Amino acid sequence: MVRRLSDAADAAVTIAVDGLSVPARAGETVAAALIAAGFWAFRTTGVSGSARGPYCMMGVCFDCLVAIDGVGSRQACLVPVREGMRIETQRGRRPVRP
Amino acid sequence: MTADFDVAVVGGGLVGAALAWGIARTQQRVVVLDEGDVAYRASRANFALVWVQGKGLGMPEYAAWTKRSSDAWQDLAHQLEEETGVDVAFSRPGGFTLALSEAELEARAMLLQRLHNQPNMVRYPYEILNRNALLRQLPQIGLEVAGASYCPLDGQCNSLRLLYAFHRGMRQLGAEYRPNHVVQAIDYHNGVFFLRSSSGTIPAEKVVLAAGIGNARLAPMVGLKAPVRPQRGHIVVTERAERFLDYPLVTIRQTDEGTVMLGDSAEEAGLDDGVGLGVAAAIANRAVRMFPLLRSLNVVRSWAGLRVMTQDGFPIYDESSGRTGAFLATCHSGVTLAAAHALVLAPMIARGGLLAELDAFSARRFDGQATV
Repeated sequence: MVRRLSDAADAAVTIAVDGLSVPARAGETVAAALIAAGFWAFRTTGVSGSARGPYCMMGVCFDCLVAIDGVGSRQACLVPVREGMRIETQRGRRPVRP
Repeated sequence: MTADFDVAVVGGGLVGAALAWGIARTQQRVVVLDEGDVAYRASRANFALVWVQGKGLGMPEYAAWTKRSSDAWQDLAHQLEEETGVDVAFSRPGGFTLALSEAELEARAMLLQRLHNQPNMVRYPYEILNRNALLRQLPQIGLEVAGASYCPLDGQCNSLRLLYAFHRGMRQLGAEYRPNHVVQAIDYHNGVFFLRSSSGTIPAEKVVLAAGIGNARLAPMVGLKAPVRPQRGHIVVTERAERFLDYPLVTIRQTDEGTVMLGDSAEEAGLDDGVGLGVAAAIANRAVRMFPLLRSLNVVRSWAGLRVMTQDGFPIYDESSGRTGAFLATCHSGVTLAAAHALVLAPMIARGGLLAELDAFSARRFDGQATV
């Protein structure tokens, strides 16, 4: 169970996670918003397919990788949310397109 | 006088480990003396190609030796998996060398023609493909790619697992692995070698020097020489991506686990194995011109390693005439030549002498040459 330390002042924004509307707060990171909304598995690994989610929340572990606005493998813990942002959780290896 | 070991192998990298495994399979008692974590360890920095095309201009015996190893590689992979359970991810779909201009393609064709026109050159197929022919096999190439050379003998493996498999295999066969044994002197009394190291003295009836760059220092201790120098090579690695490349290229390959490895530079930098951003950027730039889809991938690692180079770029295999039972092996292609080392060279050493077919590889070929 997680809850935001302060939910008083920051403005509400809405982001889309795998097509679902998710409420978030201005100033928080994508990773914080996802965890607050109940997403713990952000991706699955490219070798064993096991689930991964944020571990360090400070840009070091690279386990919170998600696609943000079409760009894959971004560190969710380092990117602040913006209104209308589109987040996709990742499955296995990074797709490559010509 | 009886020594504790039949054979002491100095060096636990790919050359030493392949030889140790191959010798241990003949029931001889083997000890491997290795350095510690500060060693340069080219075996852990390499590109993992099992590569044939383009090799041997100036020494057709090297082309034949390389082809022989390539031909035995599937057998090696099977035997390692059977004995150790380690899958070294060998595949041999053939490999490409891409040209980014018509001039590069022409130069490549000329080089291969000169190589294959040499007297006594071993015969194997290769072809030069123009852009349209290449597109059928590599549809993702960039607009600048003019064509490629292709050789069906080229392949790739997982070289870290290869090194692990040799080590696991040799220990299963009873060989002893001793790290932190930097050999400082090799004495010879009554047919026994005494290897004096930082962690004690090891007696052995035969000694094999397979210490990479360290061979230059060690060789004179047994009356041999190994004029080798370090040559730095950079590698850049991307995150794991969906499979898009089934073939190894000389500078780009996708590993069995999805990462894309980009190489390779050849720099004269002494013993400095530091990473240079400029070199890494040049490698990435060329790779993206070859496969524009690489642009979207994140780079997760880069490193530099030190190749073990002779003046002519070919291996040295030697045995001492004054110190019977002392052998030396060194090369910059410990992956490609792993099968030849484990399955051909190791049994020769176990029997006690190199066969005449390896004469061309003796360091005696450098006698009388000015050193640079």
